Amino acid sequence: MKIFVCVKQVMSRDAAVRVDGDGSWVRDDGVAFETNEPDTFALEEGLRLREKHGGEVVAVTAGPARASSTLREALAKGADRAIHIQDNRFARADTHITAAALAAAIGREPHDLILTGLQSDDAGYGQTGVILAEMLGLPHATIIMKIEASGGQFRCKRELEAGWFQTVTLPQPALLTIQSGINKVRYATLMGIKKARRKPVRRYSSADLGIDTQPRQEVQRLYQPQQGKQTEFLEGSAREVADQLLSKLRFEARVI
Amino acid sequence: MSVLVVTEHHRGTWHRISMEAVAAGQQAAQAMQCSLAAAVVGSDVGGLAGDLARKRLSEVVAIDHPQLAAYSADGYAAALRKAIDDLRPRLVLFPHTYQVRDLAPKLAASVGTAFVSDAVGMRFEGGEPIFVRQMFQGKLHADVVPRGAPPHIASVQSGAFRAESAADGDGPAPVRRLAIALGEGDVRSQTGQPYQDAKDAVDLSAAKIIVSVGRGIREPGNIPLAEALARALGGELAASRPICDSGWLPLDRQIGSSGQTVSPDLYLALGISGAIQHVVGMKGSKTIVAVNKDSGAPIFEIADYGIVADLFDVVPKLVEVLGESD
Ligand SMILES: Cc1cc2nc3c(=O)[nH]c(=O)nc-3n(C[C@H](O)[C@H](O)[C@H](O)COP(=O)(O)OP(=O)(O)OC[C@H]3O[C@@H](n4cnc5c(N)ncnc54)[C@H](O)[C@@H]3O)c2cc1C
Ligand SMILES: Cc1cc2nc3c(=O)[nH]c(=O)nc-3n(C[C@H](O)[C@H](O)[C@H](O)COP(=O)(O)OP(=O)(O)OC[C@H]3O[C@@H](n4cnc5c(N)ncnc54)[C@H](O)[C@@H]3O)c2cc1C
Repeated sequence: MKIFVCVKQVMSRDAAVRVDGDGSWVRDDGVAFETNEPDTFALEEGLRLREKHGGEVVAVTAGPARASSTLREALAKGADRAIHIQDNRFARADTHITAAALAAAIGREPHDLILTGLQSDDAGYGQTGVILAEMLGLPHATIIMKIEASGGQFRCKRELEAGWFQTVTLPQPALLTIQSGINKVRYATLMGIKKARRKPVRRYSSADLGIDTQPRQEVQRLYQPQQGKQTEFLEGSAREVADQLLSKLRFEARVI
Repeated sequence: MSVLVVTEHHRGTWHRISMEAVAAGQQAAQAMQCSLAAAVVGSDVGGLAGDLARKRLSEVVAIDHPQLAAYSADGYAAALRKAIDDLRPRLVLFPHTYQVRDLAPKLAASVGTAFVSDAVGMRFEGGEPIFVRQMFQGKLHADVVPRGAPPHIASVQSGAFRAESAADGDGPAPVRRLAIALGEGDVRSQTGQPYQDAKDAVDLSAAKIIVSVGRGIREPGNIPLAEALARALGGELAASRPICDSGWLPLDRQIGSSGQTVSPDLYLALGISGAIQHVVGMKGSKTIVAVNKDSGAPIFEIADYGIVADLFDVVPKLVEVLGESD
């Protein structure tokens, strides 16, 4: 089975987000980056399917030079090779352009299964995978918590709202967007990290891929959200804060 | 020229956020000075269409086909492409549900336009919509504008608009039936009936006090600390999704869009960032306390009492003080 896994590099969870000078994106100097969490689960699922059914796992990313560390991590965990779509003019690319870039790179090779995360931890549009499926003419299913491949079909457990699930069966080839928690992700081994250095990474620019670069949506301004409720912040030593809180809960809110 | 709202129902019952989308549609149509249609898709949707027609709408569009009885991305996208071809709307609004996550990006890609997903607000400049979206896990908000040719597609987050503000019309809106041709091969997926995993069924919805832990608890060995606080307060222990995903607490203690929805008197969030999928499950709580070491964590936007501190300093003291007062 030829499996492509789309992995995006995002700022690490604890990074302080700082709006940049023109107020329309964030500064990415001096912060740590990591692989978008759902994408790590997607990669793990791809590796497990390959271990069961044979074939190849290809990690694909669109992003700046620093995103190569996300590809190296995927290769160290066991992906066979990687594709890096790099173009600095696309730092603000929307989901449509990003999906078009991924479609152009993946579409030129045979593919049985494409996995993406369900949503990114940064921009979080939660749609790149589905757009990619439509561009490649593939059926898709989203928020997947289990995949069984057999007889040219994928039988998937799709998460619904409020703790409900549903089985969705799709013909191969297909695209699935993966929910965090579907599996337990592996760590890269020392051996894996060593091997990764010799695995091929194919690079494309947007010109190589000849994609449509007309944005469908644009971030005009990025800012701190306004406080919805009047929060009372309690300050002092841990003991003082504990005393204050319990007395407020008893006598002000009257909930304990 | 019109605004089109797409509603959602499950086997004949409205999804509760459908009317929030209708309310958003009414605001948009007024600001854009154009007509407002609402679509209902399914099989045997006559009753729903009639119910929807009571709202202040220019028309209701009913797309009825046996193949649309259960949701499929292929079937529903074909139905809505038909509605878009017919109505030529400038703006299409959806409620942001799991079904819409599955459907709307496909629809947008197939007509080649924008899908501004999960908007928490909307305003208009020169008759053009600007949507407000959360980004970076809610730490920032963004004004996002659709570009290129219409129809522009957007979805509104649960709770962003008030269902009660969806006004009724003076008389029933006309219902138009749109016929679509769907063959056997047009829907490539097969979907089963919804089910729940067998579970111990802890019902947290009756709890008066909930102590809830997030990833800030760091490791499973620290759970007993939160447990001790829950016990001292006479409350239940709950968690954010990553805690349950990792198996540190059972799934039936998960709060949020894919877990339980609760509204206790007191909800104490320990090391929870306040992502929207968590917040929708607990924002109805009477009093919310957040302990988080990051003053910028979005959980503080909805907290009544906030403590910016390390939970490992504060929680033992809370347990200690509660012990003394017994
Ligand atoms: C050549 C190129 C360079 C870019 N450089 C930057 C940059 O420097 N900084 C920046 O902030 N943005 C960059 N982007 C744009 C960026 O990826 C957007 O953030 C993305 O289109 C917006 O979608 P999202 O993050 O909301 O993803 P969602 O729709 O929420 O993502 C869903 C899933 O789609 C997949 N996916 C999404 N984006 C990518 C990606 N870029 N690569 C691989 N898989 C992906 C992941 O599996 C993810 O889980 C670049 C895009 C391109 C095409
Ligand atoms: C379709 C979908 C459905 C989802 N459903 C749900 C759901 O039902 N429920 C749910 O909860 N999530 C759900 N999520 C996930 C959600 O988006 C968030 O990823 C999740 O809620 C984050 O959990 P968290 O707050 O525990 O972790 P994080 O976001 O990692 O936050 C941890 C917080 O702990 C703080 N912290 C760290 N150390 C300390 C310390 N020592 N003291 C004090 N504070 C500390 C940090 O500052 C941070 O704010 C869903 C996501 C999607 C896309």
